[in-house]
This record gives sequence, structure tokens and C-alpha cells, in this order.
Amino acid sequence: MSRDLGGILARHRNDPTRLVQILRDVMEADGWISPPAITALADGLGLPRARVEGVAGFYAFFATEPRGRYRVLFSDNITDEMAGSVELRQRLLDAFHVRLGEVSRDGLVSIDVTSCTGLCDQGPALLVNGRAIPRLTHARIGAIAAMIRGGAPLTEWPDNLFEIHEHVERQDVLVTTPFAPGEALGAALARGPEATLGEVERSLLRGRGGAGFPTGQKWRLCREAPGERYVVCNADEGEPGTFKDRFLLARHADLVLEGMTVAAFAVGAQKGLLYLRAEYPFLLPGLEAALARRRREGLLGERIRGAEGFDFDIEIHVGAGAYVCGEESALLSSLEGERGIPRNRPPYPVTHGYLQRPTAVNNVETLAKAALVARHGADWLRSRGTGRSTGTKLLSVSGDVARPGIYEYPFGVAVKQVLEDAGARRVQAVQVGGPSGTLLAHNELERRIAFEDVPCAGAFMVFDESRDMIDVLHNFARFFAHESCGFCTPCRVGTTLERQMLSRITSGKGTRKDVKDLGHVARLMKAASHCGLGTTAGNAVLDAFAKFKPSFDRRLASLDVLPVFDLDESLAEAREVTGRDDVGAHFPEEP
Amino acid sequence: MAAEKKKLRVATASLAGCFGCHMSLLDIDERIVALLELVELDRTPLTDLKRVGPCDLGIVEGGLCNAENVHVLQAFRKNCKVLVALGACAVNGGLPAQRNHLDIRDCLQTVYLTGHRVRRGFIPNDPELPLPLDKVHPLHDVVRIDYFLPGCPPPADAIWQFLTDLIAGRTPQLGHGLIHYD
Repeated sequence: MSRDLGGILARHRNDPTRLVQILRDVMEADGWISPPAITALADGLGLPRARVEGVAGFYAFFATEPRGRYRVLFSDNITDEMAGSVELRQRLLDAFHVRLGEVSRDGLVSIDVTSCTGLCDQGPALLVNGRAIPRLTHARIGAIAAMIRGGAPLTEWPDNLFEIHEHVERQDVLVTTPFAPGEALGAALARGPEATLGEVERSLLRGRGGAGFPTGQKWRLCREAPGERYVVCNADEGEPGTFKDRFLLARHADLVLEGMTVAAFAVGAQKGLLYLRAEYPFLLPGLEAALARRRREGLLGERIRGAEGFDFDIEIHVGAGAYVCGEESALLSSLEGERGIPRNRPPYPVTHGYLQRPTAVNNVETLAKAALVARHGADWLRSRGTGRSTGTKLLSVSGDVARPGIYEYPFGVAVKQVLEDAGARRVQAVQVGGPSGTLLAHNELERRIAFEDVPCAGAFMVFDESRDMIDVLHNFARFFAHESCGFCTPCRVGTTLERQMLSRITSGKGTRKDVKDLGHVARLMKAASHCGLGTTAGNAVLDAFAKFKPSFDRRLASLDVLPVFDLDESLAEAREVTGRDDVGAHFPEEP
Repeated sequence: MAAEKKKLRVATASLAGCFGCHMSLLDIDERIVALLELVELDRTPLTDLKRVGPCDLGIVEGGLCNAENVHVLQAFRKNCKVLVALGACAVNGGLPAQRNHLDIRDCLQTVYLTGHRVRRGFIPNDPELPLPLDKVHPLHDVVRIDYFLPGCPPPADAIWQFLTDLIAGRTPQLGHGLIHYD
């Protein structure tokens, strides 16, 4: 156990709402969270031990059993798989003679998979002790294996391994409009909070995180709620295939931070929290530097830009590997140091959010747009896009395209246009908005990205004719089963059933009954789950039923029911221990 | 005059169960007389017939814990137009499935060789005995099941309601109080 536990606790002021941050520090120091550490943390924070253990056990990046000194996690998004991650993973496993999920005998290394790490435009990717390495090749895996074997500390690994590239393939007004820090705040201060809010309302800006709730309305509800208010930036970009917030935070951090400050001005908040997903630690130094600079320049802190009574500052919280925390109420629970379990709604975060106080939770891209609306006015946003989807949208394009990367388009762009610009050929399907979104077949490419037609939070994954869509679904099912928070039964059980049935079908043992049950489970999850994770976890399956039926049928072993396990194999142990091998000790080939 | 309605031929079996579901069936009490007006029995513990013949309805209690359970179930599926999983063990594996987190080899060795006060033990290996499966499975892991009737055991009223619906040709509907999972 870390000798510095007291120091870690002191650094976080023994504040139980900082439990997730504290556990991150313990992981960093010890490589795992040991039972004595859990006991000591519970004592130090005045929490029941079970609370601390519950939080430690919830997040994928917290280990409650010893892991290797080098913890390697391969990103398991379908785009990583398509780029060859399975073979590369096997190579590293072979190099250390370990199996997936195991620690090597000498305690040197453990190798496992994790959900999409948001590097789909430069995959396959992995994380080693939390640090991301993109663009994996056999050469890179060989180099990584050598450095692990040599026991080199991560700080001594070559910098170029960790370089993340931002490929901007198409720009529009969000990316091209020049912006100097403080501009939007200057315009907002000149206008006053009420008029600033009015401008955002008039712009018809809608949330860019997926749900598309009107930003102005959210801010007004928050402003009208009594109590100390908060602004939260949701940078927990966990939807597989999405990396546009990574780009914004890397290249346009000031715009995002200024958007948060404008939001604070409009709703009357003094404190902001930016929840950064754990997979993006490489963004942290840049963001901290931007915050420090903004404080020096009077754009954060007390009396912002000299305005009496306008005090606001931003703190960064880092997640710990839980997709469900992208759901705003789960994110708030996580910010409060709890398990990331979605809350009952209503009451909504705008009235009962962070610490049960009024909170405006906005996506990274929404806040960047809001800053530009404050600077250039509502008409600037409305000059692009469609009637009910104003402005532009950042798409993260990956998969079978010649030029993966960031594409900014006005809302209303045809899917076909995006595919053409990205250099996609022989397209079979496009998964818009990630596994929880919409699966489009080749005959739907005229459809448009907009809230009126196909909404998109950012992910745009392309599959050409060489891909088997059932493999794609299987990958998605693994993702949802892993990420279900376990709180409600339809999702906890449903996502696992979905994964099992798709495993059977992909391994050629599926039957017509599996397909039927799969549809039943998908519809049940949609109807009965507690939050968006469960209600959308069957979307791709239902879409695929409608659009790729023959892909299912050709993978089935039988149109009737077959045993889901190998009958004869299930007697093997009993045969061995009894020493029997007579006819009765076997099942006949064909029952 | 309407022709006399043909009686439904029904078979039942208890596999890896405790016969509690059959007891619950008997709990329909005097209604069994009315039931026997409507059905005739094939293989069941009540007739002690050993082989199942062509039937309209098969009712199976208990899950699958050994090779014989699987053979019986497969024979039921082959012979019965409609097959019903009756009770928690048939539906989910139930109590016997609690052994699924144990290794079957360790189980047999502990019980017959190394266990407390076992002297000169040996693991039974008579070919007459069915071998245990490494895991206990619910019925639908091996054959198609048409209806699931949960409960440990399902109440007599639920069984009665289910059977009378089925015999009358209605899709069985169990109302409030008739479905429970304990």
C-alpha cells in the first residue's frame, strides 16, 4: 500500500466528493487499490468501507486485484479490430506468455482490452498505465515489448510513441472563425446575462452530445432555479467512434473554456467542472495550461474582465473508464465521488444536479458553439444548417475510408457527401452516432445528418463490402455488456444475453431461436431500461434485422434449436474421473 | 350431435428437480377429476410408464444435471407437440445449478474419496448410472421450449389456469398473483 496515502488524502482535503480523483491517485501510486488502502481511505474520508470498495469496483480503470507493473489495455472498438488489433494483441500476449486479462507470473505486465479509447482515426490503439499509444504496428508492438521487458519507466519511452495527431479534413465556421480568448466574454458582458441567454435561445443551438436539447432552454431553467449554480462540461466522450471533443480540447481549448464561462455568466454560476474521460490524459497538460493562462489574463477567477461580482473558476475532474458516465446524471454522481449510476429523472440536473444544486451540463462542442454565438450573435449560427438543426456539426469519421479524421459540415449534409469527401468506396453500411445510434445501409446514403433525419453525436463509422455486419454487431454487444452499470435488470441481463447470443451466431452455432430471442431482448431493453444506455443498446441489432437479415441467416447452424453447449464435452470430466468410456458415457453424434 | 372431443394426451417428467412441481400439480385437488375428463396420461410418474409416446403436451419439471436427463428431454421434444418448462429448475436451472461454480471433478472426489469420514471410497462407475454434466442447464439450453411456467413451485392455481387455457385452445394468460419467481 502506498506510504503516501495520507498525502493523497490531504491533497484532496479529505473530501469524499473527490473519491474518484483520490482513487485515481492511488492507482497511479500503487498500480492497484488494495484492501488495506480501501480501509484506510474509508477511515480518512469518514465513509463506510463498502462505499469506497463499491466505487473502486465500479470503474474499469480501477483494479481491486494486483495488476502488472505495466498495465496494457488494447482499445476494442470495431475500428481497432478492423485495423488489425486482434493480431497485434496476440503478438504482445505471446511475447509475455500471458493470456488476456492475466498478470504475467513475474508481475511485470498485464494485458487486457478496454472500450473505445477515442483514437479511431489513428488506430489500433492501446493504453499503457493510462497513457495512450496510437497507430500500432508490429514494429511498435515489438518496441513496446522490449521496453516493458527492460523495465523502462514510461517517462523514458520515446515521445513519438505517444504522439496524437489531429487530422482536420474538412473545416467550416467552427474551425475557421478566428477567435481571440476573451472576445466572447467581452460581447457577453456588454450585452448582459439576460440578453446573452436570449441570444443563445434565438440561435436555436441544440446540444451536440446526442440528445439535442435546446441549450438556451437548459440555461434558462438553470438560471431560474434557486441556489448555488454550477456549469459542467461533459468531456466524457465515450461513444465508440467519437473523437471530435478530443480534437476541440486539443486545438480549441480556449473556445470550450470560454463557452463554459459564458454559460456561467448567463446562468449565474461561480464554479465550473470539466469532466474529462480517463482515456484522454494527454489533453490534461494543455487544458491546465489554458486554465492557468486564463486566470492570469483575468478570464477566470474573481471579477472576470473587471466585471464586479462575476467570479467563476473551472476545475478538471478525470473519469476512470465508464461509458455510462457520459449520461449527464451518472456523470454528476461520478463528480460527487460515487459510482456512475444514472439518477431518476425528474428532477433534472438543471434544478437538482451537482450536489443537488442547479447545474447546466453541456457537451464540449455545444459550449464551443455557445462561445461563438455570444461573440457573433444568433444569426451567425442560424446562417448555416437546417430549420431545426442550426449551425454545423463535427463528425469523427473512421473505418473504411481513405481519410479518417475530423469533418465539420453544416447540418443537413447528406451521408453520401461525407463518404465521398472521406474517400469511402464500396460502402456496405455506416454506423452514425456510434453503437447506440443508427445503422444505415447502402441504399440510405441520401439521408441527411440533422435532428430532422439522422441525428449524430459525432461518430461516423464506415464499413465496406468486405465486412461482415454480424461481426460489427458482436463488437457492439461486447461493448454494451461491458459498460452496463448493472443498476437495472433489463440492461444488466439484456446486454449480456445479447452478447452471448451474438457470440453463438458469430461462432456458427446460432439458431433461428437465437435470432428471435435477440430481437425480443433488444425490444425489451428499449422499453424497460433505466437510462439511455439500455434503451439504445439494441438499436444496432434491430436496425440490422431490418437491413441485413441475410447476414444473420447465413451464419446460422440450424433453423431449429440446437443445444447451446457441447453435450458430449460436458460429460468429459465425469468420464475421466469415473474412468468410463462405454456407450452410455457418451452422447451419440446425432441425437 | 357434436362428436366427442378427443382427449389430449399428456406426458410429464421430473428431471433435476425435487418433484415439488408435481406435488403442486396434485394440489389442484378435486379439479384433477375434471382434468382427467379432458386428458389421458402417457409417461408420467403417475402411470409409471418408462417411455414417452406421441403426445399433445409434455410437461417437464427440473433442469438437466446428467446424461439421462438430456435423453429424456430429447425424447419428450421428439414426441410432444407442445413442451412446457415447469418451475424454477426447468426454467433457470434452479437450486441444483448452485453447483455450477464448483468443479464436478472436485465434487465427485470430495463426496466419494476425500470427504469427511469416507473410508475406502471409490467413485461409482457402473455403466447403468448416468454421468453428471459438468454444469446444470435449464431445458431451453438443449431443446426448443414452447412455454415457461416459473415459480418454486408454480402454484396449483397457476398450473390449473395454464392447463385449462391450453386445453381450450387459448393462449395461456396468467393473471395477477399467478406468476411468481420464488
